[in-house]
Amino acid sequence: MKPEHQTVISGAGQSDVGRRLFRDPLELTLDACVAAIADAGLTTKDIDGISTYPGPGSDPSGFTGASVVDVHDALRLEIGWWSGGIERPGQLGAVIDACMAVAFGLARHVLCFRSVYEGSAQGTGGRAAVMPTGGGRQAIPRASGFMEWVLPYGAPSAAPWIAMMAQRHFHEFGTTPEQLGQIAVNARKNAALNPKAIYTDPMTLDDYLNSRVIASPLRLFDCDVPCDGGTAVIVSHVDTVPDLRKPPIRVEAVGTALRGRPSWDQFDDLTTMALRDASAQLWSRTDLKPSDVELAEMYDGFSFITMAWLEAMGFCGKGESGPFVEGGHNISRVGGVLPLNTNGGQLSAGRLHGFGFLHEACVQLWGEAGARQVPGEPEVGVACTGGGPLAGAMLLTRSR
Amino acid sequence: MSDAPFRILPRITERNAPFWASGRDGILRFQRCQACRYWIHPHSVMCPQCLSKEIAYEPVSGRATVHTFTINHQPWMPVPELPFALAIVELPEQEGLRFTTVIVDCDVEDVHIGMPVEVTFEAHEEESVWIPLFRPAGGLSG
Repeated sequence: MKPEHQTVISGAGQSDVGRRLFRDPLELTLDACVAAIADAGLTTKDIDGISTYPGPGSDPSGFTGASVVDVHDALRLEIGWWSGGIERPGQLGAVIDACMAVAFGLARHVLCFRSVYEGSAQGTGGRAAVMPTGGGRQAIPRASGFMEWVLPYGAPSAAPWIAMMAQRHFHEFGTTPEQLGQIAVNARKNAALNPKAIYTDPMTLDDYLNSRVIASPLRLFDCDVPCDGGTAVIVSHVDTVPDLRKPPIRVEAVGTALRGRPSWDQFDDLTTMALRDASAQLWSRTDLKPSDVELAEMYDGFSFITMAWLEAMGFCGKGESGPFVEGGHNISRVGGVLPLNTNGGQLSAGRLHGFGFLHEACVQLWGEAGARQVPGEPEVGVACTGGGPLAGAMLLTRSR
Repeated sequence: MSDAPFRILPRITERNAPFWASGRDGILRFQRCQACRYWIHPHSVMCPQCLSKEIAYEPVSGRATVHTFTINHQPWMPVPELPFALAIVELPEQEGLRFTTVIVDCDVEDVHIGMPVEVTFEAHEEESVWIPLFRPAGGLSG
């Protein structure tokens, strides 16, 4: 049996989600964890593994709500395997690591979580408030690592980095703002049916095109919305399926590859980024084909990343994501060939940072998505997270 | 006091000091493997091609081509100008040898992919740092 087939996702949970909740981030984290454990029909006594992204952090940006140690001790778990860290193939790298630990026999039920409080942390100061200078000119550490190459140039955010990749895509393939805008318009349409979404007011393509430019060609509505919230899933061994509350989601294949240089500006093809490599690896590990996939939950920290994932995963040809999403029909939740970001994505539902996509894929495959449920009882979905040199992808199927 | 604009400067180490001091004599330098002649960026201690440790900084032409760019409007932090044209330029010395920079001395609307540019330096002399910027090739003289 291939390693993926030894693992299932047995439960998923999410805390309250809001633009600014001003709640203790540990509480948001634990709310999600407890909900996921209950969803699987398990108790804290059953959990013997923990995995998280990005692990501990002391910076005030709200980027990480709790560490492995925080959750381990708060729930008094007895752990056979644990891992937390940011240096991995995107946010879902933490879940893929959990799958490996389960397949390796180090744990039977791994609690995987990701929590953020970026909305509260920014307060009324906006994004600049959590950037390296805090919006002012206060003394800050010198730049090193990759930041050595962008901080001196006034570009501490991934927005202008991704914008340059989008610009290259526009140049090579003739992609247009009207096409790119469909990612944001589609997300907003789906968010209207998600009770936890941040932005639910209707948005037209004109509204999108009239929004201010952040870093060309990216506009305000191409950038995800910081929020507060926690998300958790349980990765379990397939042998435990009889113990579970409901038929689990099966992990069919994963992808983590990074064949090019691990860099936002030195990667060989900026129009594909590492998404190309993770996707190719995923398809090399399954007999399923892109045409078998019935819903896609794909990272939209910036809308262009979703376009690149559509191409990398083979849902359209290289360079063809613009025509594929044009008009929005192909990616529509109802009647589309590939319902996309069915909860509103991070653009409208909130920047839960990666785990929100996996949560939504599972909820949809379980048929538990309520008003936003993709019709036709979908059985195959993908969750893809990360951008630039970070990429992790999971192909999931509903078990009967 | 220097009248250099506010920038977050790089942490200078033995390894990167020659790069960031390139502007002292106006000649841009990158690391180059002395064994196989491969250009190395970002800086390292070993050639990624032949694993030689014989690495030295050598002058490049200072010319480049805009590989891609963005007109950044968002004030993430204090910057000399807003909007500004952030760009990844590719150097002719070696395929794929790229550098992230800002294009100056022209209207940001004139920046385009394929645009020939050349290096110019912004001095932060008290810190022994010269920030390499690029401007249209053969354009305004400084």
